[in-house]
Amino acid sequence: MPQLQELQDLVVQVRRDIVRMVHKVNSGHPGGSLGCTEFFVALYNEIMNLKEGFDMDGKEEDLFFLSNGHISPVYYSVLARKGYFPVDELNTFRLINSRLQGHPTTHEGLPGVRIASGSLGQGMSVAVGAALAKKLNGDDHLVYSLHGDGELQEGQNWEAIMFAAGNNVDNLIATVDHNGQQIDGATKDVLPMGDLRKKFEAFGWEVMEIKNGNNLEEVIAGLNKAKSLAGNGKPVCVIMDTVMGNGVDFMMYTHAWHGKAPNDEQLATALAQNPETLGDY
Amino acid sequence: MTKYTDQGKNDTRSGYGAAMTELGRNNPKVVALCADLVGSLKIQEFIDENPDRFFQVGIAEANMMGIAAGLTIGGYIPFTGTFANFSTGRVYDQIRQSIAYSGKNVKICASHAGITLGEDGATHQILEDIGLMKMLPGMTVINPCDYNQTKAATLAIADHEGPVYLRFGRPKVANFTPVDQKFEIGKALMLNEGSDVTIIATGHLVWQSLIAAENLESQGISAEVINIHTIKPLDEEAILKSVKKTGCVVTAEEHNYLGGLGESVARTLTTQHPTPQAFVATQDTFGESGTPEQLMDKYGLNNKAIEEAVLNVLKRKA
Repeated sequence: MPQLQELQDLVVQVRRDIVRMVHKVNSGHPGGSLGCTEFFVALYNEIMNLKEGFDMDGKEEDLFFLSNGHISPVYYSVLARKGYFPVDELNTFRLINSRLQGHPTTHEGLPGVRIASGSLGQGMSVAVGAALAKKLNGDDHLVYSLHGDGELQEGQNWEAIMFAAGNNVDNLIATVDHNGQQIDGATKDVLPMGDLRKKFEAFGWEVMEIKNGNNLEEVIAGLNKAKSLAGNGKPVCVIMDTVMGNGVDFMMYTHAWHGKAPNDEQLATALAQNPETLGDY
Repeated sequence: MTKYTDQGKNDTRSGYGAAMTELGRNNPKVVALCADLVGSLKIQEFIDENPDRFFQVGIAEANMMGIAAGLTIGGYIPFTGTFANFSTGRVYDQIRQSIAYSGKNVKICASHAGITLGEDGATHQILEDIGLMKMLPGMTVINPCDYNQTKAATLAIADHEGPVYLRFGRPKVANFTPVDQKFEIGKALMLNEGSDVTIIATGHLVWQSLIAAENLESQGISAEVINIHTIKPLDEEAILKSVKKTGCVVTAEEHNYLGGLGESVARTLTTQHPTPQAFVATQDTFGESGTPEQLMDKYGLNNKAIEEAVLNVLKRKA
């Protein structure tokens, strides 16, 4: 197990990767990526039980599905730094002929990715299917997924949420990135979604919360608790409060940086706030 | 047409169900999903024999497609089942992103395709599904013509790696192809050799084409009939070989002329061997309620329509 400080260093390095990636191509989604950095770092380096290497079937290891595919920068950075592909390849993000497409895809064969995502609301169903396959295979590893809170406005999620509870898919831990923001503004203004906890509970899920999803220790403790709740007949939902743009002060508490890249000056400011730790790509 | 006789009317969807039973017994990787239409898809026997490998998703087709994509991760071969309308148009983006673009080994099996669903009307019929599915990169599109061929096709797609759209129908129709035939994806079948015109048909229109060929023969017209069960990938070689001999072609399908088999054949011909072609298909319209026979007559999808199309295209022959 890595020491907490090592993971903290990784968080800072991943933040640097994110802002540098989107800055280079003047496109991409830094806000949600920064908000979920602690989650990704914890999940891949502390929580999931992973095999060496990558194969599509992912038998005898935990699986992760990113449903809100636009936060690909954090996904790619954490995958690369976990060793799924060379860190240098982050240089190719969103460029022509790259495996690092704007939204994650299996199409170019990028190790670590098992489904295309980006058109929202589909990842919960896919995660449920993968969890069912694990049960059929007698594989007691878990399936994790991440969903945007705004993404839950897509109706397919609720089909999957209903199915998962009705079929006791209790090897699934679905985390909601609860940052309260979406492209057109605050979720409460765009389309109020009411009490998400009560909604998931009413559908028959085990629900827990991570109150500060940008506190690494809290995220690790929360996900470990979620693990302990798995296997009890109910799918597990983690509602994780995060701050969009976390770690770069001018990107925080706003939806403005959902899909916008920093300019040169803004990049310098963002990097100054996150000094290099493990080495830039 | 002495080669082909109706062995007794049956529905193509029952061919699907019978094949699923066999797959359930012989291929432990095959799993079935259904969106509240088990009776329509004829898969009760599969469910009875393999309860652990069946997933009833309820009336939630989008979720069904996503779950199917997920089940492939872990090595399973999911067969989804609902009506053709709800298998395609309703869930196009789910198929596009989670299955086709992701390259998942999902078999999208669609009953009640075309207009012969009949009395339920246009909300449940679909005449656009071949077009929707053939436009997806990497998607194989198959429309077998009778019970035996649907059964053979269902067995064959289980051994094919990659996403497949398998389209079949509701009504009992002539069952005339061989029992236990070998089904080769992408391989056209020559049903009747002729020299004056080529009739290229798919699905329920294949039997109608054979009737048309027999009627035309009595008028001294020699019609070649080709069964294209696989619309994508299209057996261009077989089509070109026939057309080079006959010099004109009629395509016949229970589908809109936009986006269907006829357009695929036209593309092959215009790029490789320009040839007069007539289309037996619906004319950019929705269907309506009626019996299958009434609808096939009204929308020009029977042997009479094929015969007329042949007479017209013969006039355009060089």
